[in-house]
Amino acid sequence: MRLVVDLNKCQGYAQCAFLAPDVFAMHGEESLVYDPQPDHEQRERLARAVAACPVQAITADGVDGHGAFRGPEAPDGH
Amino acid sequence: MATEHMDRLRREGRIAIVGASLAGLRAAETLRAEGFAGELTLIGDEPYEPYDRPPLSKAVLLGRADPLRTELPRRREIDAKWRLGVAATGLDLTAGRVRLSDGDEVEYDRLLIATGVRARPWPRESEARLDGVFVLRTRDDAAGLYQRLRAGPRRVFVIGAGFAGCEVASACREQGVQVTVAERAGAPLVGALGGVVGAVAADLMREHGVDLRTRVTVTALEGDAAGRVRAVHLSDESVVEADVVVVSLGSLRNTEWLNGSGLGAGPRGIACDAGCRAFDFRGIVTDDVFVAGDVARSPHALFEYQFLSLEHWGNAVAQAETAAHNMICDGADRHPHLWMPAFWSSQFGVNIKSVGVPPMGEELMITQGSTAERRFVGVYGHKGRVVAAVSFDNTRWLEFYQRAIERGAPFPVEHPTLDRRPENRRPVPADFPDPSLPTHGPMVTLSGYSPADTQLVFHPARH
Ligand SMILES: Cc1cc2nc3c(=O)[nH]c(=O)nc-3n(C[C@H](O)[C@H](O)[C@H](O)COP(=O)(O)OP(=O)(O)OC[C@H]3O[C@@H](n4cnc5c(N)ncnc54)[C@H](O)[C@@H]3O)c2cc1C
Ligand code: SF4
Repeated sequence: MRLVVDLNKCQGYAQCAFLAPDVFAMHGEESLVYDPQPDHEQRERLARAVAACPVQAITADGVDGHGAFRGPEAPDGH
Repeated sequence: MATEHMDRLRREGRIAIVGASLAGLRAAETLRAEGFAGELTLIGDEPYEPYDRPPLSKAVLLGRADPLRTELPRRREIDAKWRLGVAATGLDLTAGRVRLSDGDEVEYDRLLIATGVRARPWPRESEARLDGVFVLRTRDDAAGLYQRLRAGPRRVFVIGAGFAGCEVASACREQGVQVTVAERAGAPLVGALGGVVGAVAADLMREHGVDLRTRVTVTALEGDAAGRVRAVHLSDESVVEADVVVVSLGSLRNTEWLNGSGLGAGPRGIACDAGCRAFDFRGIVTDDVFVAGDVARSPHALFEYQFLSLEHWGNAVAQAETAAHNMICDGADRHPHLWMPAFWSSQFGVNIKSVGVPPMGEELMITQGSTAERRFVGVYGHKGRVVAAVSFDNTRWLEFYQRAIERGAPFPVEHPTLDRRPENRRPVPADFPDPSLPTHGPMVTLSGYSPADTQLVFHPARH
C-alpha cells in the first residue's frame, strides 16, 4: 500500500491520526507526518482515514473498496 | 470538437514523457483518464518507479518512513512502456525523436518534458567527493544521510538555510544530533520569505539548539587522510569540526540534454506558454512539446504575467494535469495553468505554509497572531495588492488569503480580522535580499518581462 498526503490541502484536522495512529501522527500543533508505505495490517484503518479526511488530502492505492484507489496492477477500469 | 487529426492522436498517437517522477506520473495518469489510448513511454534516469520527495527531508530523516519505500500511489493503471535507469540525451524537434543514453531512440507525436531539477553540488569536486558530504534530492541521498544520522555523528554541518537545509537541521536536533547551519544571507529562509519572517525562523532554530551562523560563506571542506570530511572552514576564519556535511544550496534545472535542440531551454528552465507548450529558442511556441513541474517556467496572469519557476509539489501535480489535458486537445478546449502557488514545510515542530509569490512582495503585514509567539499569518503586498501570505501554525487562514490574492484585494490589509494585534496595523518592509546577490537559491524564481514594469528599457548593443 502506498500513500501520499497533499499537505497543501491538509488542514491538520488529525482525523487520520485518530483513525490510523500507526500510519499518521501529528508533529507539533499542525504538521502531519505519515508512513508512505504502511504494512498491510493497516489496510482497513488506512481506508477509513482516507474516507474520513474532510479535505480529501490523502491518496492511497492498494486499499480495496474505496472507489478511486486501485492497486497498481489492477486492470484499467475507466 | 476534436478534429480528425486529434481523434487519431488520441486513438493511436505516440506520447513520450521524459522524467518519471511526480509530474511525469501524474501526467501519464491524466492522459489515460482523458481517453488517450495510444502508445505511452515514460523515460526516467533514476532506476526507481516514481517516488515522493518531500518526506525525504522530513519523515525519512525522523525515522518515520523508510527512504526506499516512498513510491507514489497510482491513481490508475497507465499501461506505459517504462524506460527506467535510462537518461534522455538529446532531442530532435524536427523528426520528433528523443535520444536515449543506451543508444535507443523514442519517436513521439507529443512530448512532455518533466525532468525537474537536481541538487546544486558543492562546487569544488574533490571536496564534494569526501566521505560524509551529502546533497538531498534523491532517495539514495536520503538513505545515505539517514544512515549517518543514525550512527550518531558528532556534528552535522548544513550549508545553506533554505527550506531543505532547515528541515535537515530540525531532524538532526530532534534526534539529539549537534548541528551547525551556515547561511550567506542574514537569516534562514530569506530568499523565500524575506528577512522579517527569516528572523522568526532564526529564533526558532537557535531555541532548538542549532548553532546558526549567518552572513558567512563556507570557504572549504577539509578531509582527513582516509578521505572523510572532518572540518568546515568559514569566511569569518572560523573552523567547525563536523563528520557529516549537507550541501543545501538550491538546485539546477535538468535542461542540459536539450542543448542544441532548438528548444528555449536553459539554466532558468524551459519557458512555456500558459498552456504548458514549450517555446523554441526564437520564442515561438511549439505545438507538440509540453513542459511541467520544477523544470518549467510559465507566465501567470495573477502575478503580472511574470514567468514563474516553482519548485513546489502541488505545482508539479497541477501543471502535469494541465499539460496532459492540452496535449490531446485542440485550441479552444485547452486549459491555462493558473495554479495558485502554494508550499508547505515542517520544521522544529512548526507547520509553515505559503500561498502566492512572497518574493514579489515589498511589504509585509502580520495580520493574525504575532511573530513572537511563532504563530502568525504574514501578508505580502506589491503595488497596493495582496500577492502572498505565509503562515506559521495558522493554516486555517491561508484559504482566506488565497481568495484575497485571486481578487486582487488591496494592500495594506484594511479590515480588522480575527486575532489582529494593535502593533501590526502598519506594513513593514518584507526585507528580501537583492535578487542579484546569490543566496542558497529560493524555491520560486521570478523572471521575464512584466508589462507593469515601466522601468524596463531595451538597450540595443553597440558594435
Ligand atoms: C528533500 C525535498 C523536500 C521537498 N519538500 C517539499 C515540500 O515540503 N513542499 C513542496 O511543495 N515541495 C517540496 N519539494 C519539492 C517537490 O518534491 C518537487 O516540486 C517535485 O518533486 C517536482 O516534481 P517534478 O516531477 O517536476 O521533478 P522531479 O521530482 O525533480 O523529477 C524529475 C525526474 O526526471 C529525471 N530526469 C532528469 N533529467 C533526465 C533525463 N535527461 N532523462 C531522464 N530522466 C531525467 C530526474 O532524475 C527525476 O527523477 C521537496 C523536494 C525535495 C528534494
Ligand atoms: S485527516 Fe486530512 S486534513 Fe486532517 S490531518 Fe489527516 S490528511 Fe490532514
